[in-house]
Amino acid sequence: MFSYCTDPSTLEGLTWLSCYLTTGKHAGFYISFGTVLLLLAITAPTALAFGFAGATAARSRLWPIKWIGKTYIAIVRGVPDIAFFLFFVIALDQMFEWARHKIKCPDWDQPIRQGNDFVVCQAAKLPLGEAPQWVHETYGFFLAVLTFAIVFGAFAANVLFGAMRAVPQGQLETAEAYGMSRRQTFWRILVPQMWVYALPGLSNLWLVLIKATPLLFLLGVEDIVYWARELGGTKLSRFTEYPHGDWRMWYFLVLLVFYLCFTKVSELFIERLMVKLTHGQATTGGETQRKAPV
Amino acid sequence: MSCWQTIQDYAFRSLGHGARLLPKDDFTLCEQITLIGSGMIWNVYFGFFALITGFFLATAVALGKASTTTWVRKLSEWFVLLFRGSPLFIQFFFAYFGFLALKSVSPIFNPFTAAWLGALIVLFLNTAAYTGEIFYGALRSIPKGDVEAADAYGFSGIPRFRRIIWPTMLRLAWPAYTNEAIFLFHATALVFFSGFPAWQQRGDALYYANYFADKTFNPFIPYPILAGYFILLTLVIVGIFGLINRHLNRHLPQDARRMKRPRMTLIR
Amino acid sequence: MKKLVLATCALALSAGMTMAMDVVRMGTEGAYPPWNFINDSGEVDGFERELGDELCKRAELTCEWVTNEWDSIIPNLVSGNYDVIIAGMSITDERDEVIDFTQNYSVPDPTLYVALSGDVDVDKGVIATQTGTIQAAYIADSDATLVEFATPEETLAAVRNGEADAVFADASFLEAVAAEDDSLVVLEKQVLLGGGVGMGVRESDAELKATFNTAIDSMKADGSLNALITKWEIGSTFE
Repeated sequence: MFSYCTDPSTLEGLTWLSCYLTTGKHAGFYISFGTVLLLLAITAPTALAFGFAGATAARSRLWPIKWIGKTYIAIVRGVPDIAFFLFFVIALDQMFEWARHKIKCPDWDQPIRQGNDFVVCQAAKLPLGEAPQWVHETYGFFLAVLTFAIVFGAFAANVLFGAMRAVPQGQLETAEAYGMSRRQTFWRILVPQMWVYALPGLSNLWLVLIKATPLLFLLGVEDIVYWARELGGTKLSRFTEYPHGDWRMWYFLVLLVFYLCFTKVSELFIERLMVKLTHGQATTGGETQRKAPV
Repeated sequence: MSCWQTIQDYAFRSLGHGARLLPKDDFTLCEQITLIGSGMIWNVYFGFFALITGFFLATAVALGKASTTTWVRKLSEWFVLLFRGSPLFIQFFFAYFGFLALKSVSPIFNPFTAAWLGALIVLFLNTAAYTGEIFYGALRSIPKGDVEAADAYGFSGIPRFRRIIWPTMLRLAWPAYTNEAIFLFHATALVFFSGFPAWQQRGDALYYANYFADKTFNPFIPYPILAGYFILLTLVIVGIFGLINRHLNRHLPQDARRMKRPRMTLIR
Repeated sequence: MKKLVLATCALALSAGMTMAMDVVRMGTEGAYPPWNFINDSGEVDGFERELGDELCKRAELTCEWVTNEWDSIIPNLVSGNYDVIIAGMSITDERDEVIDFTQNYSVPDPTLYVALSGDVDVDKGVIATQTGTIQAAYIADSDATLVEFATPEETLAAVRNGEADAVFADASFLEAVAAEDDSLVVLEKQVLLGGGVGMGVRESDAELKATFNTAIDSMKADGSLNALITKWEIGSTFE
């Protein structure tokens, strides 16, 4: 990076550190923070969509749909996320390739499972074999987002399902009395109102989602934990120009600070929303607000 | 080898009883189910004891957060932020590092680097922080009429807390607390995965699931077995918490006893 | 017979496949110096990087490097996320049942013990290994007490802080570490595990396996493989 970095072994103190912290490897570390934030930004709305679909299905009057919705919520919530992460990505990938294989290569006569191998025709490969590396990485990222969304969608579904039930029954009856159809009642009365009830649960889910990201490396995404481990491990002078001992503690300390700050900022934001919601409520929280000196 | 023999050999393998060596080849479904089930003993152990001990600290933390004394409030707030704000993954890492450092100070700390104690302490503090926040949220949602009525009846201080505020707080917090318990049991899967070393191949359910996935190169059998066990465990937790919930709400009219979601409680 | 038919099918298939498969994706771990590691500029480097690039050049293939966690490196190969494992993977019978190996490109590497002092009783003591390695399986079979850690880094840390008496791992890895850390001693006892290191390919990829075998042959013949082994201090050279 800097011109004086050509021979780091002669450097000391801050100059050495400035070179060390600007290696190409550290660039990977810094970029991975962006990766995590991007993943959170995409996953949150996707999981919410999954959750909305799940909750709506669980409320359905058609029993197969209702059954699917309830099973989805119950199963995914019952299993530790880490267990999903360990085999879901491969399962999803094979599922997509299998589907594409059936569509794109209908006259393929070989079995897809040859012993342990999972073999599909070249055209069905995802991404295509000759695709550049960034396509592969984007695809891996997409699978990670999907896995996260499926897992956290179930939790969101549970929250939304509860919120939908919390909307006072009288409101729905009034809507019906005004001649609204079931669909109209759902979209015009229930959905706009349920968010107030769902907000505490959803904001907590957001905090949980943030703290699940250290498991991203299991999904094949080179995230901050991957780089912290990689950079922090003992480095021998044979393999690097910047040898050092076991520095994992310092790198994990950076991660700790990152997560604490991120959580704190999110909490401040949520707290402001909560204050707005608690205002005027006949609870001890609302009472404290009322009595507080202005 | 018959399945019954396998169960005798491996049912308590995670505690160090039974066969010394893990299966090496020709892995049967029976072996996988038995060993992963054996590992569940640890998951239940960690979850159960962390939940019980964490409950008491959580009550203290909730009261601390609601305290009017500044330093008590600040201390509780920092405790909650530290453990709720950082991933468990990173907490395990620092705990293990810290316990190792303590070990060189005095041999009293020797057992702390072992999972059965060290990981339990981390999980205990972790769940205390989460539950403390839930209880604090419930504390703020107690209907003001309840407290005013207690005042009118002449309750104050500890009796008011024990007879009026605490039961109401528990009642309000219960649905969210059920969720927290489920999450806690799920979190126990991380103990041997990242954090504490496994001695003599004695590990939890995920350790054995990982072992089989590693040996058979097929993740599609052991992990779903693990998932099945956890679904069962979750059902048991939900059942027990449901019973306690009925007990807590036994004074309410019949149809109001079902878990009611209070508006301001937090789920994890 | 059935195997033969299958093999012919696979051959016919892969003949058609190589046309489309100009790019061969090489999967490695990137955390096992000197075999493979991430260098300062963030790229895969090491003995296997140089070897792999040379093999691809000789086989006239375009190669792309990807890293993957050690735990899921075989499931991802059979599921087709990359085409070759080149990650210091010892050829063992249980792995050979699931994937195919090319011929070994290193002489079997002895496994060593490293401890804080020379008088550790490794047959009875506490031995640290990485989870899921052939070393872990070996110690589990012996009378020693096995303690497993997720990464090689943690096994060394365990010995330094007294959690374990010794680390049990590949000679090339441990010798590099012990050379730079005066507190660590390489013990005399050695164990020979595994059948050398080879590249892993899918069982259905007979063509690719043959291509790499030819390339390894040519590198063995002209001495360039031995030169690489000496350069990276991998162990003994081929005769």
